[in-house]
Amino acid sequence: MQIQLNGEAMELPEATTVAGLIERLELTGKRLAVELNEDIVPRSQHPDITLNDGDRVEVVHAIGGG
Amino acid sequence: MTETAQIQLPEDKPLDIAGRTYQSRLLVGTGQYHDLMETGHAIETSGAEIVTVAVRRTNIGQNPDEPNLLDVVNPDTYTILPNTAGCYTAKDAVRTCKLARELLDGHDLVKLEVLGDQKTLYPNMPETLVAAEELIKDGFKVMVYCSDDPLLALRLEEMGCVAVMPLGAPIGSGLGIQNRYNIRLIVENASVPVLVDAGVGTASDAAIAMELGCDGVLMNTAIAKARDPIKMAHAMRLAIEAGREAYLAGRMPKKLYASASSPIDGTFF
Repeated sequence: MQIQLNGEAMELPEATTVAGLIERLELTGKRLAVELNEDIVPRSQHPDITLNDGDRVEVVHAIGGG
Repeated sequence: MTETAQIQLPEDKPLDIAGRTYQSRLLVGTGQYHDLMETGHAIETSGAEIVTVAVRRTNIGQNPDEPNLLDVVNPDTYTILPNTAGCYTAKDAVRTCKLARELLDGHDLVKLEVLGDQKTLYPNMPETLVAAEELIKDGFKVMVYCSDDPLLALRLEEMGCVAVMPLGAPIGSGLGIQNRYNIRLIVENASVPVLVDAGVGTASDAAIAMELGCDGVLMNTAIAKARDPIKMAHAMRLAIEAGREAYLAGRMPKKLYASASSPIDGTFF
């Protein structure tokens, strides 16, 4: 299946969870926030939410700003 | 009775934002520094307790061990104020705040800014009002970047914003406080903290904001883009303190003509 991750296409195995995606990106344990189809996915639900074909996922973090 | 005793001096209350008190009245941003080390050093020198950050997409596929801003600006030490910089619609601003709240484990203090156009980065006030309403309804504590219109500032306060932050001049312009009378009017009307956000270029600009009775100043570029950011961070700290003290002291009245400060009696010539 294919998802849109931060605006770019990404191939993922079926039934990948949000936690699985984060692990694949080597970002496990990093301070970040995830949005799935414009809804927040709370950290506690990362292992439980399964991604589907066509999902739009945003992974964000804090950077310098004023 | 002396002249000063007749004048009601302003009361010195600590800065209180959303139920938390702060010793420092200088709030700083974290953008535009050379590196994270300089960011950390400048913030420490500024004495700021509230520090703004932006929320952006994580770079996928790049070095995941890259140091994180929040390692330098520790949320246990500083009050992190996520901003909605770069948002031009209420919808994007609300999304950004929700992501920030998730990022910071439920921390709900945010700096709302909805921009109007890229040339001036002036606040888009109709969209700002829409976003503020939605965020407040959702439980956010909103510090709002706004135009220096006294009526709009009051409206935002009435809606439930925890601080109003009119611009002194366009973001990153360093032009200083362009409309002192409006800032003064906003301060007079407000019962929530008023902070000048944007436009400060150098220490005297920050002092002027404080002399006008503002509760604080939020700045980024003035420090980060100084030739020596660390020295400027210190200068800003002093300016904020000096301006505040001058406001509390109550300045002398302005006069058109000279008035000798040495006695005229007892001259020997």
